Amino acid sequence: MALTKISQLAGPGVYVPGDDVDTDRIIPARFMKCVTFDGLGEYAFYDERFTEDGKPKSHPIDDPKYAGATILLAGRNFGCGSSREHAPQALYRHGFRAVLAESFAEIFFGNAITLGMPCLVMDGRDIRALAALIDEAPQTEINIDIPAGEVSMADVSFPAKLPDHAKEALVNGKWDAIADLLEGLDAVKATADKLPYMRVA
Amino acid sequence: MGKTLFDKVWEAHTVRELPNGMTQLLIGTHLIHEVTSPQAFGMLRDLKLPVLYPQRTFATVDHIVPTDEREEPFSDALADAMIKELRKNCADAGIRFFDIASGKQGIVHIVGPEQGITQPGTTIACGDSHTSTHGAFGAIAFGIGTSQVRDVLATQTMALRKPRVRRIEVHGRLAPGVYAKDVILHIIRQLGVNGGLGYAYEYAGSTFDHFTQEERMTVCNMSIEGGARVGYVNPDQTTFDYLRGRPYAPAQGDYDAAVERWKSFASDPDAKYDDLVKYDAADIAPTVTWGINPGQAIFIDENIPAPDELQEKDRSTAEEAYAHMKLRPGQPIKGTKIDVAFLGSCTNGRLSDLQEVAKYLQGKKIKSGIKAIVVPGSQGVAALAESMGLAEVFRDAGFEWRGAGCSMCLAMNPDKLIGDQLCASSSNRNFKGRQGSPTGRTILMSPLMVAAAAVTGEISDAREIFGLS
Repeated sequence: MALTKISQLAGPGVYVPGDDVDTDRIIPARFMKCVTFDGLGEYAFYDERFTEDGKPKSHPIDDPKYAGATILLAGRNFGCGSSREHAPQALYRHGFRAVLAESFAEIFFGNAITLGMPCLVMDGRDIRALAALIDEAPQTEINIDIPAGEVSMADVSFPAKLPDHAKEALVNGKWDAIADLLEGLDAVKATADKLPYMRVA
Repeated sequence: MGKTLFDKVWEAHTVRELPNGMTQLLIGTHLIHEVTSPQAFGMLRDLKLPVLYPQRTFATVDHIVPTDEREEPFSDALADAMIKELRKNCADAGIRFFDIASGKQGIVHIVGPEQGITQPGTTIACGDSHTSTHGAFGAIAFGIGTSQVRDVLATQTMALRKPRVRRIEVHGRLAPGVYAKDVILHIIRQLGVNGGLGYAYEYAGSTFDHFTQEERMTVCNMSIEGGARVGYVNPDQTTFDYLRGRPYAPAQGDYDAAVERWKSFASDPDAKYDDLVKYDAADIAPTVTWGINPGQAIFIDENIPAPDELQEKDRSTAEEAYAHMKLRPGQPIKGTKIDVAFLGSCTNGRLSDLQEVAKYLQGKKIKSGIKAIVVPGSQGVAALAESMGLAEVFRDAGFEWRGAGCSMCLAMNPDKLIGDQLCASSSNRNFKGRQGSPTGRTILMSPLMVAAAAVTGEISDAREIFGLS
């Protein structure tokens, strides 16, 4: 289960302003009636992008100016609410490869890292400064340097934080924990055997 | 130095430290449902991995299940495919499935406790953020994503970082007409929707000591709305009495030994906490939300806050909320007209919620033109409520009495708001579009406040409508 080592990412960005953007907004529940994640990409932020009769509401991610953006900029507490992995899956399948925000809700953060989609925390002023740079030159690439904890565009750079465990997981290509977890199965059994409730079938 | 319940449960379930510094934690009990598990089973098939402990996973169907038609095939082909997929996955892996015909189906967070599966000192995970509900029993319960559902199915463990623990004490008795729902809405209002980020919440104090298990579940349920993935209450006699005799609780001969073990997990008196906050129950009044997240809440007799009354960081979300909710800052929330009343969900769909409302609703009628539905949290709750005559009370008042499921809490089944309808709801999220219509509006409140709104057709103070004082 060799995974890509994710140290450097580059791509154009798009800013979706707003705090407490919840997972119902990232992927409305009605699109979760599915048994695979395929096809979720087109429904990312659906109700923010389209009216009830399907007319575009000119959302930033549909603006031709930001076409091809692979880095999403957001506000505070991004991804709060439900534990649905459908949310980061929809963003990833829409084409995003990283999210930069002031803060992330915990379950969303974990789900995104498991997909190999880094979520880096930046100061709110830096997010807005970066958004202004994107606005001036929307097709210019943003560079994300994960080991250095730095995001840069043109000749401007900003600090961007990632907890050590996530940094390590991405850089070493171990962002999906399953391989590590499977290596510990003997220890799992030993731990389970000590817990009486595990013996009750 | 003493330890918290969290520390003790974490230690007992730690398998090992992973190379990246995270902990491989044993998940003793795994609960699954139809929406977040099918992809996980698909991943297992791709990896050619079996389910490691099928006897420790329990399944039910709740999110997509219709609450009016109960016969298959469901008219929604996608919903029908999802229940059949879950049924097949469970049969193939040997997982117990509380199916619709079992009489035990319901919202996963109501079924677990009801069946005695949820026990103190255990770890629980489920692909649903309201898994924190199970913390009411002194379990450590995590809402997880689908890849982690796969991890638990394949290894009975997950990779986690240990959070900090904040103790939240509430002292004193709640006034009549003030409920557990008001307590948790008040806590979230005070600490913020992201105040619990990186924390597990330990709820304590005399208010919690006096709470029933079901009241504790209501509070723990909404921990995640305050940003805390985990919330719990230390187990006590109330917990042990609740569990005794339930189908999956330890058998009679083993029960006393189990209770002794469970007691040993409770936080030590000298346990160290990373943070401590205290509230006085007497300061809490019936609380309702006015905005688009559960932290945007006020007491029923307060006005919707104006931007200058809010902290700067909260203003932009407030502007978004005024626009979506079509509410004006500075105006009272009381008197806001409603279209729909929804009574149910994993927050407030338990027997005691229905009993409390029925007590006051007896002999009353809902306002003409209001659509009001009661969705019992499980078939078990429904059967008890029917045998006690509660269903009759609701029907006589003009409520529709439905089958068990998540229903209009997240509207993945046919129960949805239409257009910009405003719903008085006993559920847990007032996010934009949450109840099925992108322009639909939700005001969260206690079950009795929902009933008061249904009777008057507007947001009302249940204490006035039902003569509580």
